[in-house]
Amino acid sequence: MSEPLVRIRGLKKAYGIHLVLQGIDLDVHSGEKLCLIGPSGSGKTTLLRCVNWLEEPTGGEILIDGAPIGTVAKGGRSHRMSDVELARMRAGIGMVFQRFNLFPHLTVLENVMLGPVRVLGAGRAEAEATARGLLAKVGLSEKVAAYPDRLSGGQQQRVAIARALAMKPKLMLFDEPTSALDPELVGEVLAVMRQLANEGMTMIIVTHEMRFAETVADKVVFMADGLIVEEGPPARIFRDPQVERTRAFLSAVEHRV
Amino acid sequence: MMDGAVVTPEMLLYLLRTLLIGAGATIWLTAASLVVAVVLGFGLALMRLSDSKVLQGIARVYLEIFRNIPILTQLFVIYFGLSRYGIMLPATVAATLGFGLNGASMLSEVFRSAILSVDRGQREAGLAIGLTSRQAFRLLILPQAARTAIPPIGNYAIGLLKDTSLASAVAVPEIAMRAKMLVAETYLSTEIYMMVAVVYLALSLPLARLTALAERRFSPHRSAA
Repeated sequence: MSEPLVRIRGLKKAYGIHLVLQGIDLDVHSGEKLCLIGPSGSGKTTLLRCVNWLEEPTGGEILIDGAPIGTVAKGGRSHRMSDVELARMRAGIGMVFQRFNLFPHLTVLENVMLGPVRVLGAGRAEAEATARGLLAKVGLSEKVAAYPDRLSGGQQQRVAIARALAMKPKLMLFDEPTSALDPELVGEVLAVMRQLANEGMTMIIVTHEMRFAETVADKVVFMADGLIVEEGPPARIFRDPQVERTRAFLSAVEHRV
Repeated sequence: MMDGAVVTPEMLLYLLRTLLIGAGATIWLTAASLVVAVVLGFGLALMRLSDSKVLQGIARVYLEIFRNIPILTQLFVIYFGLSRYGIMLPATVAATLGFGLNGASMLSEVFRSAILSVDRGQREAGLAIGLTSRQAFRLLILPQAARTAIPPIGNYAIGLLKDTSLASAVAVPEIAMRAKMLVAETYLSTEIYMMVAVVYLALSLPLARLTALAERRFSPHRSAA
């Protein structure tokens, strides 16, 4: 198989003496959809946030397209990347947050245009055309001039997806994108994500939506206590989990209704 | 002038004109002090929020000194105190410096808390689309912090406008100083101080209105993209 788009080796993250990630090895190939599941506190979100260095790992390394993120080797030693170098790498990695984090002082259109204009140096006309196209794609053409506080949670999250896509990322990170939504709004966001998956986007998704994970993921990773407990194709993880811990988690999730 | 003399319209006009000349000095002093306070206060807030312990320490010491000494004392120290060391500042400059340095300590706290009040997720979302820390601060944090900071800045400006009457103690010819001189000249203290009250009101009400307008301008509106 070809070089993975994301290669994670020995990743550790500690807050004080508390080890949140205890050594994670994981590969994500181009076009792959990977779902991270597990109980809260298992480290899934921290793992995701390490991939674009919003969280600085304590140990291990992450390669994006073969290049280490966060550190650069200079004279045989590894140094922290400069703010500008790190920003350049992050520009190619889209991220969607649980709480949307739209920019409240900008319109929907401006939210989507900000990255292309300020980071990619796109002209306003070009950036606006791209932004309008993406907003049409997520079904929000009529909301371009609105401010985020006028939108429902589901609409805000779709704008957030468009904002990330405007940077033409080679990888998209989703951090529990539907967890802050009212139940009736979950579907519209998952539909956009499903469409994105069908178009071949590489996606790492932290989610509690097991049905979604089962139907969209190429690979499901179950984490607990900062370790990967089990990973494999969704059919196997959901229908025939090999580890007791996975079984216990899945049956608890299924019976929560 | 005799006690109980009739107050002529000409006399009232003379009083008003003199007070309005003083109002010019009051406005000038308020505006200049506000500029010093905003610029220096913003710098101090950035120092407090920086990673450097040294800068943080300097800003803290500054804050405690200027916040905890009465403004009148600060004016005396700057105007009379410095002159002993050969630094003779014109009264208006000394007063501007006094109010500005004092105001910077208060506004630095306003700016600092406004910046800290912006949700952490805003910076993260900015970094995630590839902005540098600096860009995220300028394009995302500052505009949102400004919205929070404008009402307290407006309140401070109105307070400052009234406090500039203290500058009469170091002989700045602003409203209060003019009033004192007019009272000594005409003994019409009631008329004069009524007029003073009206002049101050006429200055501070538009300032309150201006604050409200500025606040509206910064609430969801305007572009940064």
